Amino acid sequence: MRNRSLLILTTVLTTGALTLTACGSRDEGKGGGDGGKTTVVIGVDAPLTGDLSALGLGIKNSADLAVKTANKEGTVEGVEFKLEATDDQAQPQVGQQNAQKFISNDEVLGVVGPLNSNVSQSMQKPFNDAGLVQVSPANTGTELTQGDGWKTGDRKRPFKTFFRTATTDQVQGDFAAKYLYNKAKIKKVYLIDDQKTYGAGLAASFKDTFTQLGGKIVDSDHINPEDRDFNAVATKVKNSKAEAVYYGGEYPAAGPLSQQIKDSGAKIPLMGGDGIYSADFIKLNKKAAGDLATSVGKPVELLDSAKTFIKNYKAAGYKDAYEAYGGGTYDATWSIIEAVKIAVEENDGKLPENGRAAVLEAMSKVKFEGVTGNVSFDEYGDTTNTMMTAYQVDGKAWKPEFSGAYKPE
Amino acid sequence: MNELPQQLANGLILGAMYGLIAIGYTMVYGIVQLINFAHGEIFMIGGFGALTVYLVLPDGFSLAAAIPLMIIGGMICSVAVGTAAERFAYRPLRGAPRLAPLITAIGLSIFLQQAVWKWYPDAKKDRSFPQFDGEPLSILGANIQRGSLFVLIAAPLCMLALGLFVNKTRSGRGMQATAQDPDTAKLMGVNTDRIIVMAFAIGAAFAAIAAVGYGLHNGQVGFKMGFILGLKAFTAAVLGGIGNIYGAMLGGLVLGVAESLATGYIGDIPGMELFGGGAWKDVWAFTLLILVLLLRPQGLLGERVADRA
Repeated sequence: MRNRSLLILTTVLTTGALTLTACGSRDEGKGGGDGGKTTVVIGVDAPLTGDLSALGLGIKNSADLAVKTANKEGTVEGVEFKLEATDDQAQPQVGQQNAQKFISNDEVLGVVGPLNSNVSQSMQKPFNDAGLVQVSPANTGTELTQGDGWKTGDRKRPFKTFFRTATTDQVQGDFAAKYLYNKAKIKKVYLIDDQKTYGAGLAASFKDTFTQLGGKIVDSDHINPEDRDFNAVATKVKNSKAEAVYYGGEYPAAGPLSQQIKDSGAKIPLMGGDGIYSADFIKLNKKAAGDLATSVGKPVELLDSAKTFIKNYKAAGYKDAYEAYGGGTYDATWSIIEAVKIAVEENDGKLPENGRAAVLEAMSKVKFEGVTGNVSFDEYGDTTNTMMTAYQVDGKAWKPEFSGAYKPE
Repeated sequence: MNELPQQLANGLILGAMYGLIAIGYTMVYGIVQLINFAHGEIFMIGGFGALTVYLVLPDGFSLAAAIPLMIIGGMICSVAVGTAAERFAYRPLRGAPRLAPLITAIGLSIFLQQAVWKWYPDAKKDRSFPQFDGEPLSILGANIQRGSLFVLIAAPLCMLALGLFVNKTRSGRGMQATAQDPDTAKLMGVNTDRIIVMAFAIGAAFAAIAAVGYGLHNGQVGFKMGFILGLKAFTAAVLGGIGNIYGAMLGGLVLGVAESLATGYIGDIPGMELFGGGAWKDVWAFTLLILVLLLRPQGLLGERVADRA
């Protein structure tokens, strides 16, 4: 008998474990619907838990701030916005489930997110089929908007519903290569990526420009982003006599990688894209000083247009910092709000019957002064703002070094 | 410049860690023929236990003095979870078909990961672990971090202690007897239940030591860290011959060195450029495992187990 009760206890524990994993945490945005107002739900999807949650929570909070601001200022008459947040745990499969959830809710007229390009790939098609607008503040994978043929100049927009306020890997890799070669005078680079959509794309685009400029890729390597011991690779880096490492990937692996490279005796900086531009990169890396990152837009702290955003973000009392994508997320959310506004105005002050189609159509007309500068989208759904900034770790924080706009050749 | 000494050192550090965790797999398997897939999570809990001890110590407490306390704290947590797992999850299923405890182990592993993720403060992402300051030491042409020395020293000491325990003490001999034939051992007056709990506890204690080594070496612990490392340690245990404690350590070292050398050198072989580097190291490690198992199905130091059933 005793054994049976233990068996039951075990079963309960195991079931509990499975249930826990099945339902990731979910956060419902707050905001009440007034009696006379139409409710429009804006979805936000980002990794709210796990390694990348620092960036993800910044995205969720910034979207929340935009929605609250629009409600407070009455930006769209007769419409009350509501935020609904989902957690994709940085996993494509979870992202797709979240996408289906947004699609099945008729009140959702636009979705902000996600953070990861590979998660976005799994969400694009369902959103496209449902005609639901998606604006990512962070996806930089060039093929997301320009199709797989972008490298050969055969640009074709695969999904009409996908927009982004972040620039592309092509722009970012190009900017990083030019910065390293022209400004930092580094000619020999060791290239590492994590084999994910974002990391591999960024590294490839960096390599193209860097070799075109005359720089040399002394060797390249790929790592598994789940690993934390990269000493074998670090030893190779040291013996390659490279002057810098360029890493395509995100900070959870980049932190220990950078530290282990320096531990191996190679006193060279690691440079990465916006995926390592996080305060956590410095927290997880005791030898981060001198490391470089690029990020989209001008530093939010230095922009006049961003002062209100920073002030309001602080006033709202969010527990987590807005991180790399705060400004971009605010703009992404606001672009959906603007699109709803255009749709409502064109329909005599009422939300049209077919809200999703009207909002999608209005997206191309959206143009406003946002946190990161002028926000509007080109024919691929990419942002027309190609400002980039290079940052360097100085002491315990990222310091902006240089900003510039991307000029296509 | 010759990077061989450095790559060997990298591999030995990694291997010593695999070996310490592999002991837990191999001891439990040797005695109850159960693959305890939750062992990676017991290792992870040891790491968080050690981190907790460090965090509650007053500021300014030197890390060297804190390490023994951290080991004890880590061991208390991992042994408590390990023995509780045995008592509540595995013992009720001892007579059940093999698949039942295996699936229980997988469920337990997910449960433990999620529990730490949910309830340990700020554990939703990697937490930084204290590290020794100072320049790396140069030993025989290899740079070794001060923190990484810990696992290199701890692994042989642990093996020595375990060897003495198994061969010289009464409980150790009871353990051997239970592994050979649990029913006969019971008839001879060995308390097999106690022996089994002991196997779980020793495995968990070694995992805690490995976890402190992991933290000092990598500078961080995270709720997911046990998954891949547990899998690798299980591989090491199979490679060395599951059920054999010396085999577990040997398998760990072989696996670690193989990974490190594969990262460093496979790409230099003409025609193999695409198959080298950090991304392919696991492929080569498992290729090695398959080769060893083809030539020696019982593993490097394993005994023939075919006649057991």
